[in-house]
Amino acid sequence: MSLRSPLRRVTGLGSAKGGAAHWYAQRVTAVALVLLGLWFAFALATLGGASHARVIDWLSTPLASALAVLLVLTAAYHALLGLQVIFEDYVADKGTRTGVLLAVKFALVVTAVIGVLAVLRIAFGVAA
Amino acid sequence: MAQRARPLSPFLHYRWQYTNTLSILHRITGVLLSLGFFVLVYWLAAVAAGPERYQAARDTLGSPLAQLMLFGAVFSFCYHLLNGVRHLFFDMGYGFELKTARTSGWAVALGALVLGLALWFAVRAGLGGAA
Repeated sequence: MSLRSPLRRVTGLGSAKGGAAHWYAQRVTAVALVLLGLWFAFALATLGGASHARVIDWLSTPLASALAVLLVLTAAYHALLGLQVIFEDYVADKGTRTGVLLAVKFALVVTAVIGVLAVLRIAFGVAA
Repeated sequence: MAQRARPLSPFLHYRWQYTNTLSILHRITGVLLSLGFFVLVYWLAAVAAGPERYQAARDTLGSPLAQLMLFGAVFSFCYHLLNGVRHLFFDMGYGFELKTARTSGWAVALGALVLGLALWFAVRAGLGGAA
């Protein structure tokens, strides 16, 4: 005998969980990253040698800081979704998989926060 | 109950062809770009930390090994971007004709090579050759 009812034990099994939202978020962030990625690549290519003052001048403009924050957040989210699928596919053991996914998510979120704080620091002129 | 032989995953017995090559490359470049994300934040943090730390980061990123990894990241960016757009069209229901899918696959592979090289030299010039 168990405290859990037979219905509770079968609901949620299989793949019918939150897959649609995951799938859709992966595509939405993909479209955003096409634009943000091309913007960032073009910006780097036109930095003219990228002295520190030059990078600060560029990155502290409101448009560049806003897009840089968006780039960091969107890239972290897109990477998180993609890496999750890969680890779910290749790591068979549920305990190991859960541990790896937690580590990946923590690493990406912490790094994203550092990235956003760095851009804000540049935007508000503390480092200049 | 006796254990029945389990079905094999498709990649263990399917013939190797261009479709799964492009697909696994999308995953590999995705993983490389995830690693590149950490480099991006390292670079942003170095800019925010002031001229000395920024110069130190440029020296680090200018080492031959780092340059090789950055080239991999730039190529991955181009491939993942082009093949990602190809997949977005698949998701909308376009491009499934054998001929179309094959042509778009080749376009992605060649486009990534050309765009990757062009972007590498453009970004290197923009960043002053250091990183």
